[in-house]
This record gives sequence, structure tokens and C-alpha cells, in this order.
Amino acid sequence: MIKRQGPILFSPFKSGSGLARAFAMKPEEVIHTVDEAKLRGRGGAGFPAATKWRFALTEYGNPDPANRYVVCNADEGEPGTFKDRVLLTEYADLLIEGMLIAGYALSASNGIIYLRGEYLYMLDDLHNKKMEWRKAGKLGQNIDGKGFNFDIKIRMGAGAYVCGEETALIESLEGHRGEPRNRPPFPVNVGFKGKPTIVNNVETLCLLPHIFANGAGWFRAIGTEQSTGTKLISVAGDVGKPGVYEVPFGTTIADILEMVDAVDVKVVQVGGASGSYLAPEEFNRRICYEDVATGGAFAVFNKKRRILRILENIMEFFVEESCGQCTPCRYGNECLLEGVRKMIRGECTEAYLDELLELCETMSLASKCGLGQSSPNAFRQLVKHFRDELMWVDPIAAR
Amino acid sequence: MKFKIDEKKLETDIARWVKKHGSERSALITILHEVHNEYSWVPELAMQLIAEHLGMHPVEVYGVASFYLFFHVEPKGHKVIRVCQSICCDIQGKRAVGEALKERLGIDFGQTTYDGEYTLLYTNCMGQCDQGPAIMINMKPYTCVTPEKIDAILEEENSGAHK
Repeated sequence: MIKRQGPILFSPFKSGSGLARAFAMKPEEVIHTVDEAKLRGRGGAGFPAATKWRFALTEYGNPDPANRYVVCNADEGEPGTFKDRVLLTEYADLLIEGMLIAGYALSASNGIIYLRGEYLYMLDDLHNKKMEWRKAGKLGQNIDGKGFNFDIKIRMGAGAYVCGEETALIESLEGHRGEPRNRPPFPVNVGFKGKPTIVNNVETLCLLPHIFANGAGWFRAIGTEQSTGTKLISVAGDVGKPGVYEVPFGTTIADILEMVDAVDVKVVQVGGASGSYLAPEEFNRRICYEDVATGGAFAVFNKKRRILRILENIMEFFVEESCGQCTPCRYGNECLLEGVRKMIRGECTEAYLDELLELCETMSLASKCGLGQSSPNAFRQLVKHFRDELMWVDPIAAR
Repeated sequence: MKFKIDEKKLETDIARWVKKHGSERSALITILHEVHNEYSWVPELAMQLIAEHLGMHPVEVYGVASFYLFFHVEPKGHKVIRVCQSICCDIQGKRAVGEALKERLGIDFGQTTYDGEYTLLYTNCMGQCDQGPAIMINMKPYTCVTPEKIDAILEEENSGAHK
């Protein structure tokens, strides 16, 4: 449910108007425009889109468009994130137009949407949408008579959070277990089937048509210096008005809590299970890449909630979703979960907790991909804010 | 409860799906989805047949199938019910829904009913957090579920065109 229509994504838009502007430019000018807009990835990491695209063009002398891929990462798996769900069901036209713009900029002819298994129910509608664009001559061969070929395949995921990581996603597309690869080389050089591949989030791609229709300067004027434009926030939990909100970057946590009717807030989880956990004293912080970054998830917990229960739920999630390749993540998450269970039983000592916090550092340093690197965030931050509550032992029960 | 597979049908089905989706390894997950849609799980024979068509080893097919949550390498009921166990659905009342399902079906999580009709499992965040608690039945989501709505939901599933 869209609860707040911001100035960009949910604003009125004439389908195809962004693409028309892009087609009137040369591919290098298209990338320049994206650079001018300072568009950053909306999946959470915030990598500059134009930089990623430029990397894809510096590959080893293979200019054949049939050998380049534009992949839309629709594996929205971070708990608490459902903003792409809304874009995929209600703004699929924007997504297709965005992929076309990206394809044109990169002289790529292959588009793939990697759709998470949980969104299988959207598949038929997305196929139909694709067919509409094909019938209108806007997908397929010689689009708009420009000699530009681009088509989109939709590939399903099958229930693996880790496949939201771009190299694991590519592995999955190739018919393998979703196990992240070593980087370098990065997908922009060696991606799907070893070919240059850019992987962008649904929201990032949906922003492209707006940037071209209204201009990079217009986009840049919204948000902050380093985080331009708007961000979709998917709000859930102990709030009066859950749903998707479009807010300019720079909006504070406190502002959002007011918009969503949240009262008696104990902790806010921004960016999902692997994100930031903020207590009331930090609610003046801002949603932007330079402060509190998020892929969209914004979950609110009030004073009735027990932190121990939240932490256990989150660590169980990571234990289950770890691909298992590397020891720090596979075994480290299990140790952290066991530590939480010790806390529940009242058996966790202060010394042991300190060791677990050291383990968190190790996991962040040594894990192969973002899952293991950021899963300790939950443990670390919740201990930092709520150590007393977590370590409290019921004196009667402990006897 | 028997899970007998019609082997001839499986052979024809897989040949048809390979023809439709291609015989490259990148078609594997799409083909596994087709197997699942038809049979509710991926039998070993299916893995062997797919491996032969795609030029892989059956154990590699097993490795891929067993990685993903939605592919089952053991028999499951006709309708697989998955309850979202993420923290947002949890605080919106998932536990009551879970208990009600256990009671209604007479099984615990991880089990299948004797008649082979329902399997009850968990899933991780389905992306319906603003409308929780959410469940899936054979990949179709149901939101704002309460214990009171369960009978109606199961009724809808049974009367629908789904198998």
C-alpha cells in the first residue's frame, strides 16, 4: 500500500517520456546524465550507478551487445522490505522503461529480471506487461526504429535471501547454488556466463525514466548533497500506518515516526535484519547514505517488545539463510544464535558476551559476502543499546 | 500415504520442459520450478532425467535443489502451507496463526497430513510486512491472516482451480 506519494517515483508520469529523451542522446550522454544526477543504488549499498555502468564498458574488447546483460535485482529479501513489491505490481512500466534506458546506455541487448520466489504470484502480470511493450514495438528488435535491440527475460528465484547479493544472484541465474563469488573480478567485467553484467535494484531502474524526463538537475535538487533524489521506505511493525512512503533523502527518523503514527518507540530497525538499530536518542539521524542507509526496510518496535525475542528471531534468520560457504558466516552466526539462547536461559556471562562481540568483529572482517559481514550488526548494536535488558537474569527462575 | 510417481509421465514432462526452456544449465532452476508446480517435490528420478538432458551429474541437480527453500527433495503434500516467521509478522500475531493451523490440520510444523493433502512449514520474510501475519499456500500469498480466517482460506484453496 502506498501511503505517501513523493515528488519522484509516485508522481504522475507519461510512460515512455524518459526513454524518448534518452534515445535522443548518444549512449555516453545517457551515462553522463545519470552521473550528473548522482544516482546511487537503491538496494541499500548506494553504489553510484554511472560508475558501475562505466566499469561495464571497460571490459576486455568485446563490444557485442549480445554479450552484455542488464539484470534487475528483484530479489527483495531483506526482512521488512516490501517497496519493490509495490513497484513490481503497480509501476512495472517504469521498470521496463528503466531497463531499456540502461540497455541503451550500455549497448546491451539482454535484460533479465531476477524475481524472488515469494513473488511468483506476480509472474503472469509481469509477462503480460512485457507482451504489451513488445506489441507496441518497444521491446525486441529495432526498438522505435533506432536499430536498438533489447528484450527482457524473467527468471525466478526459489527462496534464498543470499541471492539478493549480486554474485549469488548471477550464480543462481546460471543454475548453481546461490553462493557468492570472490570479487574481483566483479560482475561488470565477468558476470552472467562470464559476460559484462550490471545488476541494479528495481527502484534504481525505476528512477531512470524520471531522471530523463525531468532532467538530472531536477533530480539532484531533491535530497542531500551526497544522496540525491528520494528513497522508498517500507514501514511496518508497531505503527498506525504501515505501508510504503516516498521520502527525500535527509528525512530524519523522527520525521518518519511522526508520519507513520508510531508511539512509545523502543527501537527502530532501519535497513532490515542486517541494518542499523536505533534507540530514541538517535532519532534525529537522517535517512541517507552518509548517515543511516537503508534498502527501504523500516521496522518499528515499541516498549512492549522484548529485545531478546527480536534478536533471537534475527539470528535464526541468518543461520538459516547463510549459504554455508565460508566459516566465519556459517559457524559464526550459529555461535551468535547460541549466545542469544544462552541469554534466554540466563546462562550468558559478561565474559562470554565480550567474546561474542569479538567474534562479531571477526565475522565482519573475514566473511566472503555482505551477509556474513553485516549479520553481526544486529547482535552488536542491540547489545550496545540494550545490554542490561539482554543480560538480565530472572533471579527466581535462575534458581 | 503413498507418493508413487508415474515414471512415464515424469519422463514426458521433463522432456517437454527441457524443450520449452532449453538444455543449458541456466535453465535448471526454471525446470525445477516446473517439476515443483506439477509434483510438489523433486523426486530423485526427476533429478536423474534433468541431469541427463542438461549434461550434468544428478548430484549437481540435487545440490541445487537442496539449496533453495522452495524446492523439496522429499515428498510433500499437495498444498504446502508456509507461515512467515519474520519479526514483523511475528509481532502482528503469527504465533496464534501457527497454533491454529497446527490444530486445524492436526500436524506440527515440518509434517504432512496423513492423506497427503497439506504440509505445514515456515518461510522467511515474504515481503508482506505491512499486512501481516502472512502465509503462502503453494506460493500464493494470503495476508492479514487470523486464526478465524483459516477455514475460509483453506476452503478457497480447495475450491479454486489450483490442484
